[in-house]
Amino acid sequence: MSSYDDLASQALAEIEQADGIDALDALRPGLFGKKAALTEAKKSLGQLDPEQRKEAGQALNAARQQVEVAFETRRGALAASARTEALEAERMDLTEYLGSASPGHAHIVTQTRDRLEDIFIGMGYSVAEGPEVESAWYNFEALNIPEWHPARGSFDTIFVNLGEPEEVMLRSHTSPVQIRTMENQEPPIYIVCPGRVYRTDTADATHLPAFNQIEGLVVDKDITLGDLAGTINQFVKALLGDDIETRLRPSYFPFTEPSAEFDIRGLDGSWLELGGCGMVHPYTLRACGIDPEVWQGFAFGFGIDRLAVMRYQTDDLREFVNNDIRFLKQF
Amino acid sequence: MKVLLSWLREFAPDIDGDPVELGEKMSALGLAVEDMTITGEGLDGIVLAKVLDLRPHPGADKIQLVDVDMGDGEALQVCCGAFNMSVGDLIPFATIGTVMPNGMEIAQRKLRGEMSNGMCCSAAEMGMGDDHDGIMLLTNTIDTSAAPLGTPITEALGMERDVLWDLEVNANRPDAMSVAGVARDLAATLGVPFAFPQHTYTPAGGLVTDEAKIEIIDPSLCGRFIARTIHGVEIGTSPLWMQQRLTALGMRPINSVVDISNYVMLELGQPNHTYDLDTVPNGHIRVRRAHESGEAITTLDGVERSLVASDGVIADGSDRAIGIAGVMGGLDTEIGDSTTSVLLEMAWWDPPSISRTIKRLNLPSEAGTRYRRGADWGENMVRAADRFCQLIAESGATTAAGTIDERGTTPDRSPRPVRVAKVNGLLGTDLSSDEMQGHLTSIGFEVAASDADTLDVTVPTWRWDTETETDIAEEVGRMYGFESIPKTVPKPEQNGALTPYQADRRAVRRALIGAGCSEIQPMPFLAPGDLAKVGLPEDGVTLTNPLVHEESVLQTSLLPNHLKAVAYNQSHRSGPVRFFEIARVFLPSPESQLLPDEREHLAVAISDAEAPAAVEMLDILDRTLALPNVQLRPSTPAGMHPTRSADVVIAGKVRGHVGEVDPAVAETYGVAGRVAWLELDPGSILDGPHGNRRYSPISKFPSSDLDLAFEVPDDISAANIAGALRKGGGRQLVDVALFDTYRGTGVADGARSLAFRLRFQANDRTLTEAELAELRDACIAAAQKQKGVTLRG
Repeated sequence: MSSYDDLASQALAEIEQADGIDALDALRPGLFGKKAALTEAKKSLGQLDPEQRKEAGQALNAARQQVEVAFETRRGALAASARTEALEAERMDLTEYLGSASPGHAHIVTQTRDRLEDIFIGMGYSVAEGPEVESAWYNFEALNIPEWHPARGSFDTIFVNLGEPEEVMLRSHTSPVQIRTMENQEPPIYIVCPGRVYRTDTADATHLPAFNQIEGLVVDKDITLGDLAGTINQFVKALLGDDIETRLRPSYFPFTEPSAEFDIRGLDGSWLELGGCGMVHPYTLRACGIDPEVWQGFAFGFGIDRLAVMRYQTDDLREFVNNDIRFLKQF
Repeated sequence: MKVLLSWLREFAPDIDGDPVELGEKMSALGLAVEDMTITGEGLDGIVLAKVLDLRPHPGADKIQLVDVDMGDGEALQVCCGAFNMSVGDLIPFATIGTVMPNGMEIAQRKLRGEMSNGMCCSAAEMGMGDDHDGIMLLTNTIDTSAAPLGTPITEALGMERDVLWDLEVNANRPDAMSVAGVARDLAATLGVPFAFPQHTYTPAGGLVTDEAKIEIIDPSLCGRFIARTIHGVEIGTSPLWMQQRLTALGMRPINSVVDISNYVMLELGQPNHTYDLDTVPNGHIRVRRAHESGEAITTLDGVERSLVASDGVIADGSDRAIGIAGVMGGLDTEIGDSTTSVLLEMAWWDPPSISRTIKRLNLPSEAGTRYRRGADWGENMVRAADRFCQLIAESGATTAAGTIDERGTTPDRSPRPVRVAKVNGLLGTDLSSDEMQGHLTSIGFEVAASDADTLDVTVPTWRWDTETETDIAEEVGRMYGFESIPKTVPKPEQNGALTPYQADRRAVRRALIGAGCSEIQPMPFLAPGDLAKVGLPEDGVTLTNPLVHEESVLQTSLLPNHLKAVAYNQSHRSGPVRFFEIARVFLPSPESQLLPDEREHLAVAISDAEAPAAVEMLDILDRTLALPNVQLRPSTPAGMHPTRSADVVIAGKVRGHVGEVDPAVAETYGVAGRVAWLELDPGSILDGPHGNRRYSPISKFPSSDLDLAFEVPDDISAANIAGALRKGGGRQLVDVALFDTYRGTGVADGARSLAFRLRFQANDRTLTEAELAELRDACIAAAQKQKGVTLRG
């Protein structure tokens, strides 16, 4: 009996002394192989008488199991420490980083425009677009701005050398898209028209001759000035936050009646004019073949660039068209 | 339009309250307050002083030294940046310690070594109008026997605390281009009485009808012409109170007659003109259009102007033009220092006619602004004439008895029906007809209820632009208050959505951004010659009135502005850039079309990169949009590298170009190194079939890879070989990828080695060695069908 214990103790001592996985594995034949002491001992069990054999067998098994467990435990410990060592050896400074991957950037006007489009899509609007070079009919006349009208001068229009003098121009607002939509689509109409517009404004920190507007148009039955006020209120809150207030103030545009400016009030309590709006003028509806006795509508418009300036706190509009990667990559 | 509280109160004495709140009321009426100033306040410490001496500053050119006397007879030296004073002038002078209306405190200080003991003040510095141009000169306005030197300036000028608002008046509110008109609106909203004060004068001398004759030849031009003749006029300076009001409202005092003319215009909104009666023979005036044959007039600014048939002309009895109607008077009949008799014109001109002439001659004026918006053709004209005569009588002049009042065509102002339901339906209100009537009558509309549902409304003559039921509804809304209207949101029945094109455009943007490209948005303008520099025809649409010559052509290609963008970034050492843009190009107008052929282009420019970098972007777009059959056909598009460029052919049509910018073109734009370039017409591409993605089952059986390298002559494209391999491999060839190219030893001149990795796989079984060998042979045979292609050992 004690000879088994001795064998086990000896084996355990060997296992304990193995200082690496390889050294441990090298012990395996000597511990469990055909010629190993414990294996030999098992063979010699047959020479014992049956009574002794049972007892000796149990003792031998216990010794062997003890050695096996010790072996696996030791092996696990050695493997773990080897792994730790290996991981330690490949330690990395993650800031030691040579990569130059630089993602591209959407222009801030696009980002702002997409955001506005998405808000209005959520409110049931479609996005309409139209040409940037327009005729006087779409840019002015259908909008109730006849040739002599003082308002024409206030648009500071950039004309192009096509047709008669002042017959073709870079659109000075996105309103021509309203006309084109109403000419081609039966009401109900719920659209926003974002896009570039042009004026003879010398480029400076707050002006560009080419800038971006977005305009909304609704033509449906029973549309009221209250609907306009509510719509503006809803999209402003969606865009700038629930605590922003809005108001309408009477104003004048030839193509809307009544006309209004819309203001927003920020957290500092001051009112800021954001854009113009009004009920679509019956003249304009008729010019597009829509009966103003049946349909009513509203329109509103404002600058996209200005919202981008507010959101990103830029200080010079010229950067928007300057193509400087140092500007573009900030957004 | 600027208004003073004190002036408003002459029409509505009960207007009162906090100036900011009053301003809010006006804003809510559509008269937006742009600026507000409290005047006649904060001027303590500013006194009347006299200029004793003027000397150059020894150390500075832009300031001079001035000695002033503030009443103690001592010469006090100040440094002053204005040069409009003469010795002996009376000026307002801010003494040391004065806090100016803008908050600046006047201190004794040294300027370039010279002592300055106060400040000579301009009108603007004292909060009295816009005049920053020089020191306010009071020499002709203040009598030092009544106000000796040293008198506080408020006392010397008889100033009282007042509020000055600068209002933005819209083009449809000609009535609000006057103090009285603003007072009417404000009184109505405050619920206080509004009335015109009675201003009377005593006629003397003869009858105006004996002294003048007005003939309206063209009644469509002139709706009404009121004339008076005035004698015993002495041209001098107008009274101080009038000068102060004119100054406050932004008009410079000129002389006693011009000042009254302007005062009446500002007060009542009625522009008017004065002629030296002695220069108009028999006081005979003919109102007509300019002669078809053309005629000329020298206007009072001394400029000779030629007139066209649509211009309105004031002519004398001999038909000589003596004024451009409503726009500017003639030099010959101008009031001068020797004028003693005046012919006063109070006229109403057809707004479109005046507007055209103002625009054509580029002669905007305070009077013209009022005429073109539509002045009042009603009793206000007589009131204004009376006011003129009353004011001029104060200086001793006398007006002949009677009034000449000739009529032309004026707008119809018979009552029109206004439906209560329509007004409520437009505004989103629930007002009764009585409430509507109350709002309208408060601002001078005459209203009779014809029945419970309809109002008969007579629009007043001071509202030329107000005509229709909708116009009248706006007035109801304005007086009710836009802010009182309940906010509602309409619920459309249809869903909102992007169009397929718009959705694809966003997908393209995202894909290019993912590929490291940044979006630029240059303005679409080019300089003349920019297109020629990239080898394109110079047929870009040109601008009539460009801001600068360098931005006078509309782009027909995105290439020039991208090259400028690359050069700009290189010049700022910003490293290689990858830019993309989706923007309009403006191609020449097709036959029988007025507008240009405007379309959206997509471009990608990659600096310091060769052609394949652009092809890779095309490949990304191909995969993003699932384009059908994209092929590259070697070509030499304008501005591109002659041997490294291709047409992009999609479904058999050329839809753009890809490759590299011609190095010579790049150099012209100051670009260093190579630029990979892709320009497409996404509209026409996306008009065609695309985005058709169908599931192909993924095989559960093992695949086998095979590498094949061919020697391929340079004139056969890699795409060609890949296509042949696909054909040869058939359905079991699931992938072909070019993975290596090689030129040099072991490969013939004029050819290169192209190595492809082929993956074979069947859907229903594991391919056998024998099948694979057969497929390999078929692929090799297909590739070698191309002339000169051989399998490499």
